[in-house]
Amino acid sequence: MSKTTPSQTVGPFFHFGLTDNYEIDDLAGEAAEGERIVIEGHVYDGDGAPVPDCMIEIWQANAAGKYDHPEDRQDKPVDLNFAGFGRVGTDPEGRFHFRTVRPGPVAGRGNALQAPHIVVQIFARGLLQQLFTRVYLEGEPLNDTDPVLNMIEDHAARSSLIARNKGDGHYHWDIVLQGEGETQFFAG
Amino acid sequence: MSDVNGYRIVSPDSAPAHPYPDYRSNPIRVPKRPLMILPHTLSEVTGPAYGHDTVRPEDADLTRQHGGEPLGERIIVHGRMMDEDGRPVRNSLIELWQANAAGRYVHQRDQHPAPIDPNFTGAGRCITDDDGHYRFVTIRPGAYPWRNHHNAWRPAHIHFSLFGPSFMQRLVTQMYFPGDPLFPFDPIFNSVTDAKARERMISKFDLDATEPEWALAFRFDIVLRGREATPMED
Repeated sequence: MSKTTPSQTVGPFFHFGLTDNYEIDDLAGEAAEGERIVIEGHVYDGDGAPVPDCMIEIWQANAAGKYDHPEDRQDKPVDLNFAGFGRVGTDPEGRFHFRTVRPGPVAGRGNALQAPHIVVQIFARGLLQQLFTRVYLEGEPLNDTDPVLNMIEDHAARSSLIARNKGDGHYHWDIVLQGEGETQFFAG
Repeated sequence: MSDVNGYRIVSPDSAPAHPYPDYRSNPIRVPKRPLMILPHTLSEVTGPAYGHDTVRPEDADLTRQHGGEPLGERIIVHGRMMDEDGRPVRNSLIELWQANAAGRYVHQRDQHPAPIDPNFTGAGRCITDDDGHYRFVTIRPGAYPWRNHHNAWRPAHIHFSLFGPSFMQRLVTQMYFPGDPLFPFDPIFNSVTDAKARERMISKFDLDATEPEWALAFRFDIVLRGREATPMED
């Protein structure tokens, strides 16, 4: 068995290779099926300072709850106008935003159904390895029975994964790398 | 019923230390709460097929992106991307970015007083072939100072961004060059505390892939996470 190549930081100078020309902040475009939503927020460090040199990538199912991927064998339609991948850099104030479609629920482990969610990875100077997390949407009825949310016993940690509903399809979600309000991250 | 064959946890000896205070910007940006183990679902074992429609063949030759030839030592960087079980990672995007021969990035926040090369941007992309192989032509990057501590210099390196079929295989790393005298002094390189694991970030000089009268070659094989042998129990 081969051993994995270790991770190293994305560093401060990734923009010209990763985000200047290859950013995707609008996953939905005009043609994708489903309700448009916007998720926006800030990234903060352990001092509460905004993180201006961060890259955020997201991956999600389409409005029907189907991933555009050969291993998704759920009997649901692929949307040829929705690839499900987004990538943005934070701005000088540490802000980010994505425009996408509200994902449908997807199958979980066993017989579970997962609440609509988006898989998130965070890369930044200072992070030797990316951080993995998920974002859920406040008000989704399936949140109460979602197996991943229910795995998190600490209330504050659990709510750190739920974007606040601001109305009109707008959601606010801050990513706190460390300290008060710290986002719950996964081992990946 | 949805049985999912998840991806293996990265073994601790293959991962950078966490936290790692010698890298000055690390301690304030890493989470303090333990990372939670997430049993993989469809959301984790799937991932984007990204970049395929926009990569052009010329994106893999960083020496031909401007009107003239960049300064510095022309090199070939090639290798194979596979998973832990040796399976090739096919048809997958590789992105790279780097400093020029003088150790200067085109990035506006790079203030190192070394010359920018008008004929070199330092960003490239390609898609792996059916056997997981990739190949770039570029310029050997220079070392550069970075103020992490007194007289801190980064060993010459090329940044790599890799995908693979699952979003959980996503890897951003740095490729180093063999025998760099700066290795013992670089906290980013040494954040990987296992010496054998560090060697997996160092390319090998590859005489066979060298193009006579044209360019030296370095081989950098990349290994992404492999899968659990059987689906995990719920």
